[in-house]
Amino acid sequence: MIEKHTIIVTVTNRVGILARITGLLAQRGYNIESAIAAPTEDPDIYKIILVVMETDENIEQITKQLNKLIDTIKVIDISHRDNYIVREYIILKVGITPRTRAEVLDLIRVFEARLIDLATDHLIVELTGHVRKIDRFIELLKPFGIKEFVRSGEFAMTEYN
Amino acid sequence: MNGAEILIDVLINEGVDTVFGYPGGSVIPIFDVLYRTDTIRFILTRHEQGATHAADGYARATGKVGVCIVTSGPGATNTITGIATAKMDSVPIIVISGQVAAGNIGTDAFQETDMVGLTRSICKHNYLVKNVEELPRILKEAFFIARTGRPGPVAVDIPVNVSNSILANYQYPKDVSLPGYKPVTNGNQKQIEKLARAINEAKRPLLYTGGGIISASASQELLALLDKTNIPIVVTLMGLGAIPADYPTFLGMPGMHGTMAANLALTECDLLIGIGVRFDDRITGKAEHFATQATVAHIDIDPAEISKVIKAHIPVVGDAKKILRELIDKVKPRPRDDWNSRTQSWKDQFPMTYNQANESSILPQYVIDRLNVLAPDNSIIVTDVGQHQMWAAHFYRHRRPRAFLSSGGLGTMGFGLPAALGAAIGCPGQTVITISGDGSIQMNIQELATCAINDISVKVIILNNSYLGMVRQWQELFWDRRYSHTCLKRVSTCPPVCPGPNANCPSDYIPDFVKIAKANHIPGLRATKPSEVDAVLKEGLNQPGPVVMEFIVKSIENVFPMIPPGKPISAIIPGRPA
Ligand SMILES: Cc1cc2nc3c(=O)[nH]c(=O)nc-3n(C[C@H](O)[C@H](O)[C@H](O)COP(=O)(O)OP(=O)(O)OC[C@H]3O[C@@H](n4cnc5c(N)ncnc54)[C@H](O)[C@@H]3O)c2cc1C
Ligand SMILES: Cc1ncc(C[n+]2csc(CCOP(=O)(O)OP(=O)(O)O)c2C)c(N)n1
Repeated sequence: MIEKHTIIVTVTNRVGILARITGLLAQRGYNIESAIAAPTEDPDIYKIILVVMETDENIEQITKQLNKLIDTIKVIDISHRDNYIVREYIILKVGITPRTRAEVLDLIRVFEARLIDLATDHLIVELTGHVRKIDRFIELLKPFGIKEFVRSGEFAMTEYN
Repeated sequence: MNGAEILIDVLINEGVDTVFGYPGGSVIPIFDVLYRTDTIRFILTRHEQGATHAADGYARATGKVGVCIVTSGPGATNTITGIATAKMDSVPIIVISGQVAAGNIGTDAFQETDMVGLTRSICKHNYLVKNVEELPRILKEAFFIARTGRPGPVAVDIPVNVSNSILANYQYPKDVSLPGYKPVTNGNQKQIEKLARAINEAKRPLLYTGGGIISASASQELLALLDKTNIPIVVTLMGLGAIPADYPTFLGMPGMHGTMAANLALTECDLLIGIGVRFDDRITGKAEHFATQATVAHIDIDPAEISKVIKAHIPVVGDAKKILRELIDKVKPRPRDDWNSRTQSWKDQFPMTYNQANESSILPQYVIDRLNVLAPDNSIIVTDVGQHQMWAAHFYRHRRPRAFLSSGGLGTMGFGLPAALGAAIGCPGQTVITISGDGSIQMNIQELATCAINDISVKVIILNNSYLGMVRQWQELFWDRRYSHTCLKRVSTCPPVCPGPNANCPSDYIPDFVKIAKANHIPGLRATKPSEVDAVLKEGLNQPGPVVMEFIVKSIENVFPMIPPGKPISAIIPGRPA
C-alpha cells in the first residue's frame, strides 16, 4: 500500500549532501514530496527531513540505501511512531471581498493563524501546526479563492532523548 | 609539501606499487612528482577507460586497491564506464581526477566537468577536495572506504591549485573518523544459530555463492562447510573459482545462461543459502517464480542487499568469512543423500558439451576447453562480454579465486584487454589470458600498444565469429533472425536483409587482427581450422610477452542452455532445436 512516510536522515554536514540524498531517491525512481535540510544544535550535523509516498517494501529499501551513504549517520522512518512531534509551516494568500472578509478572519482566529498582511482584495496569513491541521486550513479557505501558498515541508523531532 | 607531493606520499604509504593513468593540464603537478618517484610504477595506458579497467583488473586479481590518475574534463569523463563497471562488481579502485582551479569551478572553465555530480550514482563515495588542508584526510578516507565493507570505487577530484598549494605540517592521519560508515562484519549470533538449525533440518539445501566469497577471501571456509555438509552448490559468474570446478557437489553457474543442474536445483531446493550474492535478475529471472519452495537465507555484508530482490527469511549481515567460520561449527555433518543423487543425476543428464568432431569450423567452446590442457595452472582468465564470456565461464575449469575476472554487473565490452593488463602487472609470474570477441576487443584495442611498449605479457585470444554474437543470438531466438546491425563483416554491398552467413558474404574481416598485432610489434597468430587450434595456443602461450591469437570460429554458434529474458526457469531452452 502506498502511504506517506516521513523520514529523518541525520547526516554529517558535508558539501553536496542534499544532492546525494535527493539524487539517490531520484536514481532509484522514488518520488519526494518534500525535503528540508535543517541545521541542528551541532554545526557538523544536519537533519534532512524527507516526505515520500511509497510502499512499505520500498521504504525499507530507501532507508537502507540512505543508510549506505557514507555521510549518513542515522535514518528513521517516523511514520508509524507516535513519540515524534511533526510540524509544518505555511504562508497563504487568499482573496477576500467585503462580503467574505469577516468569515475568512474568523477562520484565521479559530486556527490561531497569524495575519501578516491585509489588503482590500486579499490577505496573507501564516500558520504552524500539524500537517493535518494545515491541510484542513487550506481546505476550508479554498472556497474563498486561494491565490498562492508555500508549505515548508515537514519538520520533526523526537519527544525523548 | 604541496598537494601533489602529499598525494604521492599517501599512495606510497598505502602500499600502492602501480598507478595507471593519463596526463593533462590539471594534473601536471601530480605527474611532475611521479617523474621523480621511483617507488611507484606508472603505466601510461592509451585511453583513460583503459586506465580505469586496468586499475580494476589489478584490484580483482590482487585484492589490493587499484589506482588511476587522469586529468579533468575529457580525461575524467573517459573514466565513467570504468567506475560504473567497478561499482557494479564491488571492486575497490580509486580514481583521482584533476579539476580546474577551485576559484574557477562553476564558470564552465576550460576542461571543467562536475566530476562529483557525474560519478555520484556510480561510485561508493566521492570527494571534491576544496583545499590542501583536507587532502590527507580525504585520501585516508578514500582508501578506507574503497577496501572495507562492501568494496567499491571512490573518486577523488583534485583542483589544480590544491595540487600546487603547500601544506606546512603535513602528516598522514593514522585513523579515520567516519561516524556514518561502520560496516558490520560480525554476524548476529542468533541469526547464525537460526541458519545452522535451518541447514540441519533442510531436506533439499542449496548453497548459492558469488562475488562476496571472493572479496571476503572465504574460499577455504566455504570448502570446509562443503566438506562437512556435502550441500550441492551453484556459483555465480562473479564467484567462479571460489571452489574448484571439479568439486563433487558443484552444479555449475545458475541463471540465464546457467547449467540445467544449477537452475533445476534452484527450483527444487527447500533451503537456499545465498552467500555474498545479490540475487541479480540474470539469476532470478522473474522474481515471483524464483526458488518458490525455499526458505531463503542470505549472508551479505551490505544490509541493503538483504530482501532487495528476494525476501530473505534468515538474513545474516556481516563478513562471509567470519560468518562461515562460526557456521561450520554449528552445522551437523550431513551425508550425501537422495537430494545429492538427484542433483548429480541432472548433472549427468544435462552436461555442458559441444561436438567439435562434427564440425569443420572451430567451435569457440573447443578453444576454451583446450586451455584446460595447454594453459598453465596458475593462469588468470579475463573475459570480455558476450557469448565468449559465457563459454569461458562454463568450459574453463576454474581452480582458484581471483583467477577469473569478468565484467558481470555492467557487462562492459572492452573490459578484457585493459583489465588483463592490470592483472598481469599485479600478478607477475602468472599467465594472464584474455578471452575476447571480435566486437569487444575493438573497444579498447589501443591497449595492445601499452602491453607492447611495457612488455606486459597478456595473451589475447580473440574468438572471431564476425558477429556481435550475444546480441545476434537474441535476434535469432527472439526476433525471428532479423540480424539488424550485429554482423561485423557487413559491407555496403550486402543486401538490406540478410538471413545470416551465406556464400556471398565478404571474405575479408576488417580489421585484420593479426596485422594490428604486428603493427603493435606483437606476434599475431591465427587459426582457421580445428586442427590448428593447439599449435596456435602452444605457440602463443609458450613464448614470453604479449601475443594475439585469433580463432576464426563458427559464426552462428549459440550459448545454451538459455532462459529467455523475464521468463521462469521452467522456460529454459536446453539447446538449438534440430
Ligand atoms: C552477458 C551476461 C550474461 C550473464 N549471465 C549470467 C548467468 O547466467 N549467471 C550468472 O551467475 N551471472 C550472469 N551474469 C553476471 C550477472 O549479471 C551478475 O554480475 C552476477 O550474477 C552477480 O554476481 P553475484 O550475485 O555473485 O554478486 P556480485 O556482484 O559479485 O556482488 C557481491 C555480493 O557480495 C557481497 N559481499 C561483498 N563482500 C562481502 C563480504 N566480505 N562478505 C559477505 N558479502 C560480501 C556484496 O554486498 C554483494 O551483495 C551475466 C553477465 C553478462 C554480462
Ligand atoms: C560497451 C557495450 N556496448 C554494448 C553492449 C551490448 N552487448 C552485449 S554482448 C554484445 C556482443 C559482443 O560481441 P563480441 O565481443 O564479438 O562477443 P561474442 O558475443 O560474439 O562472443 C553486445 C553488443 C555491451 N555489453 N557493452
